[in-house]
Amino acid sequence: MPDALLVLADGSVFPGRSIGAEGHADGEVVFNTSMTGYQEMLTDPSYAGQLLVLTYPLIGNYGIDDRVEESARIQPTGLIVREAALTASHLRSQQTLREFLVERGIVAIEGVDTRAVTRRIRMHGVMPGTVTTTESAAKALERLRSFASYDNVNWVNSVTTDHVFDWNVPPGEARHRVALLDGGVKRNIMRSLEARGCSVRVFPAATPAEDLLALNPDGIVLSPGPGDPRLLDAMVGEVGQLIGKAPVLGICLGHQVAARALGAGTFKLPFGHRGGNHPVQEVATGRVTITAQNHGYAVDPSGLDGKAFVSHINLNDQTVEGIALRHEPLMTIQYHSEACPGPLDNAYIFDQFIEMMATVRGGVR
Amino acid sequence: MKPASVLIIGSGPIVIGQAAEFDYAGTQACKAMREEGVRSILVNSNPATIMTDLHIADAVYIEPLTVPVVERIIARERPEGLLPTMGGQTGLNLAVELARAGVLEKYSVRLLGTPLEGIRRAEDRELFRDMLAKLGEPVLESEICHTLDECVAAAEQIGLPVVIRPAYTLGGTGGGMAFTMDQLRTVAASGLAASPISQVLVEKNLLGWKEVEYEVMRDGAGNCITICNMENFDPMGVHTGDSIVIAPSQTLSDKDYQMLRSAALRIIDELGIEGGCNVQFSLAPRKDITDWPGDPYAPLPYYVIEVNPRVSRSSALASKATGYPIARVAAKIACGKTLDQIPNAVTRKTTAAFEPALDYCVVKIPRWPFDKFALGERQLGTQMKATGEVMAIDRSFEAALNKAVRSLEVGGHSLLWERPEWRSGGEFPLNATDERLWALMAALRRGADPFDLSRQTAIDPWFTIRLQNIVAMERRLLAEALHPELLRDAKRLGFSDEMVGQLADRLPEQIRALRHEWGIRPVYKMVDTCAAEFDAATPYFYSTYETENEALPEDTAAAIVVGSGPIRIGQGIEFDYASVHAAWALQEAGIRSIMANSNPETVSTDFDTSDRLYFEPLDEEGVRDIIENETGSGDEAPSSIVQFGGQTAINLADPLRRSGLPIIGSSADTIDTAEDRRLFERFLQDLGIPQPPGAAILTLEEAMKTAQTIGYPVLVRPSYVLGGRAMEIVQNATELVTFVAQAAEVAQGKPILIDKFLDGAEVEVDAICDGETVLIPGIMQHIEKAGVHSGDSMAVYPPMHLDAEERATIVDYTERIVLGLGAIGLTNIQYVVLPRVPGEDPRVFVLEVNPRASRTVPFLSKVTGVPMVQLAVGAMLGQKIADHGFPSGLWPERNLVAIKAPVFSMSKLTGVDTYLGPEMKSTGEVMGIDRAFEPALAKALIAADMALKPNASVLLSISDRTKADALPLIHKLNESGYRIFATEGTSKMIEALNIPVTPVTKVLSGDHPNVVDVIMDGSVQCVINTSENRFTGSLRDGFHIRRAAAEKRIPCFTSIDTARAAVSALVTAADFEVATLREYVQ
Repeated sequence: MPDALLVLADGSVFPGRSIGAEGHADGEVVFNTSMTGYQEMLTDPSYAGQLLVLTYPLIGNYGIDDRVEESARIQPTGLIVREAALTASHLRSQQTLREFLVERGIVAIEGVDTRAVTRRIRMHGVMPGTVTTTESAAKALERLRSFASYDNVNWVNSVTTDHVFDWNVPPGEARHRVALLDGGVKRNIMRSLEARGCSVRVFPAATPAEDLLALNPDGIVLSPGPGDPRLLDAMVGEVGQLIGKAPVLGICLGHQVAARALGAGTFKLPFGHRGGNHPVQEVATGRVTITAQNHGYAVDPSGLDGKAFVSHINLNDQTVEGIALRHEPLMTIQYHSEACPGPLDNAYIFDQFIEMMATVRGGVR
Repeated sequence: MKPASVLIIGSGPIVIGQAAEFDYAGTQACKAMREEGVRSILVNSNPATIMTDLHIADAVYIEPLTVPVVERIIARERPEGLLPTMGGQTGLNLAVELARAGVLEKYSVRLLGTPLEGIRRAEDRELFRDMLAKLGEPVLESEICHTLDECVAAAEQIGLPVVIRPAYTLGGTGGGMAFTMDQLRTVAASGLAASPISQVLVEKNLLGWKEVEYEVMRDGAGNCITICNMENFDPMGVHTGDSIVIAPSQTLSDKDYQMLRSAALRIIDELGIEGGCNVQFSLAPRKDITDWPGDPYAPLPYYVIEVNPRVSRSSALASKATGYPIARVAAKIACGKTLDQIPNAVTRKTTAAFEPALDYCVVKIPRWPFDKFALGERQLGTQMKATGEVMAIDRSFEAALNKAVRSLEVGGHSLLWERPEWRSGGEFPLNATDERLWALMAALRRGADPFDLSRQTAIDPWFTIRLQNIVAMERRLLAEALHPELLRDAKRLGFSDEMVGQLADRLPEQIRALRHEWGIRPVYKMVDTCAAEFDAATPYFYSTYETENEALPEDTAAAIVVGSGPIRIGQGIEFDYASVHAAWALQEAGIRSIMANSNPETVSTDFDTSDRLYFEPLDEEGVRDIIENETGSGDEAPSSIVQFGGQTAINLADPLRRSGLPIIGSSADTIDTAEDRRLFERFLQDLGIPQPPGAAILTLEEAMKTAQTIGYPVLVRPSYVLGGRAMEIVQNATELVTFVAQAAEVAQGKPILIDKFLDGAEVEVDAICDGETVLIPGIMQHIEKAGVHSGDSMAVYPPMHLDAEERATIVDYTERIVLGLGAIGLTNIQYVVLPRVPGEDPRVFVLEVNPRASRTVPFLSKVTGVPMVQLAVGAMLGQKIADHGFPSGLWPERNLVAIKAPVFSMSKLTGVDTYLGPEMKSTGEVMGIDRAFEPALAKALIAADMALKPNASVLLSISDRTKADALPLIHKLNESGYRIFATEGTSKMIEALNIPVTPVTKVLSGDHPNVVDVIMDGSVQCVINTSENRFTGSLRDGFHIRRAAAEKRIPCFTSIDTARAAVSALVTAADFEVATLREYVQ
């Protein structure tokens, strides 16, 4: 197998073996500490423009099952692991991780001391890097110098749907009609709504508020997605017009966009939150749940409109994990209630959203 | 609400299924209580524990774990709360009994951790099933039965095979699988006998399904988290304590993982547990391995098998595997804290409310006792048989597995070991036994397909394919010339230098030299609970062949304490106790303590115990790599301490000396003098100290000659072996021939020792020496005569029958031996004292000298108040014993009597003879302490479950040789109102004494009732059985009697001395008092 290199912008080089396509892949190098769910992570649009390091060393053990994909393609530009299983063992596996990467043309590397890479990122923050099977380290480094900063790219544009579509309509009459603004949505958000009897119409991220409201939705979901929310002024403006018109659920990027619309700022975390073990506390009850997270930016609540309040905080670093409005039906969460991968503890958020829609509508449609 | 004071129940003696993990849990709980400002009161009958040290809890009771005793403690201490979840099944059962007896209500004691209702719903099979049904969890087809007939009917309805699970038992005691109706009757009877409420569950057998465990926690506010999940290498059918276990799970997808995680959290929430809990699941396997009905595309079917509403062996493993201190957090939750209010001890920044993320793979392998019990039934099933376990951590499964095998210390076997008969074309035994892992390897080496092996064993192909990876590397090492890349790849798969050398035809030392030349050295990575996401402060490391080293040497002086590895018969928790104290003593002396050990159950592998912990195999390579890593460039290597970790550590003295690495304490030369027979003989001769005549021999001829010269009976044993393995008293030449052959196999080329067997009182001392002063904390006398292994003997402090001159002789010999050997630190000496001839000098002979900490160190430290390990470590560092305020000679005897009694796990080891001899068989110990002999003895016997019930019936079967000794005992039994049953010869003797007796036949094939019947039907409640030795018919005859007693769980005495003591203790027991250890010792 050809040799491959991981080269970081700080000049550090990690040799390994290629387990994917030939070529090179550039991106912001980020790590995720989940021990399971590599396929869900690989198909999560929020990883657009990033090189994903998995801290768990044994990846690919249970193979690939197309039923668990969270979007139609592999989203990170490349994958970095300690060891990718040569054979998979699971009754639902259809191909190995290696086959999946090669088939989808993704550059990936194994044999890397991923803990050393993770420690470097933790100490120095996320940084650009490249995985290459074709270049020398020097050449790769030179290219990295002229690499467009991850923070300056509007990644939402590259992952959002290009047309309006309806997610599988649940059998029978839908209880609620939901409009979903797609900044890089994961399928399990739609599945979760579908399972609760909602019909979901998915709109491109640049859809004007009035087009969305024209559907006369019972509720609006602002989806997760990649990149810096500060680049999304237009979307923030439209979302500002949605608030108050119908119950709103914002997840991850959707939470950040809604927070901005309510006057808050956002900032970049040194190395983000990516994993399935982050403790989040609901401020009102003190209740702690374990959450799945994948975000590089967080909300600065200092400018927040007086009618909004911080509803959830992260117990690790006290960052904002959710906001709500005092008198209007809006709830946003920084973490992923849809899990996939990660703990299922927060699916109740969808139930609360349904309740919110039911209350506003005066009961079931 | 925070209680002001809490009573913590320990788990009692170490038995199979309940080992050092509860010392770890209890110690953490006591520390947590102190941090919370809660007064802790501890009760445990096991003196060999850190938790029973005076400074761990605020009040320590070393007393039997029974309702009347604990009630007296509660009456004295009036604790507000009772925490039963740290003491294993023993603690939980005792709490239930205390509640049932109304004690908790009477004294207004609040049950902490798990509500009584929660315990009952988890433990009672019927309530458990109801709970699962209520939660909508799948319920496995099963029937709750209280009689044998019900069991048979249930099995007929469910269909064979079935599993029998007794309620409220430990380690699956009494349970098992049944494939036929005959088996069902046997297993069901044993299960009903084992259950304290005579209730068993007859359950559908999920043979071949995956077994997965989750460790979960919940606080009083209802916050629930998962600490760790674990997957068993061995599928359903093998007790999880006997399974190879991997953390985290490897073959579960995120969907599978989260489905089971959510189920575990629902269960702990429903049970209302405030603390830790273990949930065991069975998950559907690949259909191409073991088929099951159902849709493979629906969520995988699973069943909840078992819930332990307390900390457990698995939670200790999970704590060590993740770095998350489960018991400590559980104790704080019991005091009323919520998870988010408890700081994370690892990161010191975040809180306990998070789930650990692992960035390595952990492999646990059980340590079975079949090297000692060659005749034991090796088949593994639902009843646990392992005495201990090892754990290894690495970045790949293959490497963790190889390291775990190296840590096992089973005859020095690596994964390359094969049974000789496998090589000669025999079948590889793929059924579940302790040797299955090696059999799988052997089959793969001969071309077996991993997938086929998986189909035969139901072990997931993920695992067999990884075994195949190891075999592929073996082939490369056999075929290719060594080159750096190959060697690095081999090291990354965990191959030891010895394995590489064996395959590449070099010496291990040459491989090591090559590694250094090629720059192939292990790095050490931190176990930090968070996969490096946060900057952690845990000094807890494992080796791996990667690029970045996180365990950099520090500038301050350090010393390495070599631990004792897995708990096994002969090397138990006592050595972990000594290792922990050694680490603490170093810290007190201002030296950084570095602990090396491979046992996940222990206090020594708590990252709080030492300044730095290396979780590594304790072989030469593992320890030398640690020393090299701790040696800064050009600096001097840190010293190693090998005196406290039993034979595991002391065996490293010689390799370390050869490598020029410093050892503090007794030198390798001193160790040699004590262990090499010829050197030792000369040494004693020079001092003029007698030992039983004998010789070290290498051939049978020499053996015959020696025995003839010194006269039978003789004691035969291999040198350099711990716990009296393969030791026997031999009466004549015929026996000698048989036994020397057996001993030679164990001795592995080292000499065999033959000594005159002296029939006297056995006496044991531990001494501490700094090179000038010899301090003897105490003398212990064994109740059993010489011939029973000291570890299986009841030991009494102070000695019962030694006169002043005999004591003086022992002190004199001890001082001269210790100083003469140049032993620095601890030395243990065993003597035999022959009955005094009036007018003559005492007759004291040296049996054995061990220049290291012995298993009596914790017992003696506790009852004498002498900090033995601290003084010993001080002496090693050059401090003087006198400077600590201790004199030379025998430390004044305390005003107390303490008796150490052995505890056995015989009911769990089918096929093993319980007869006591020179080879050690006990797994643990208890202590009875009081102001006088009789109450101390009564307490020891009660705690060891060997107490006689008044007015009971007793079965006697006495060998001819011991009949004379037995006469006073028989009279005493009769006077005390016992009904006596006896075998033919014995009953004739009793009739001759005009004492009423019921004769019972020994012949099992003839009339009923026979000896086994009267035991099994409950006619007798105690057995006294003596035999000559393993070569005579009487031993074979007695086997069935002793096994029946073990299975019926009634006391069985194989020594007249012990039986006599037990009868006298009963007669005088009356009412004993309870007091704290401090009150006794002061």
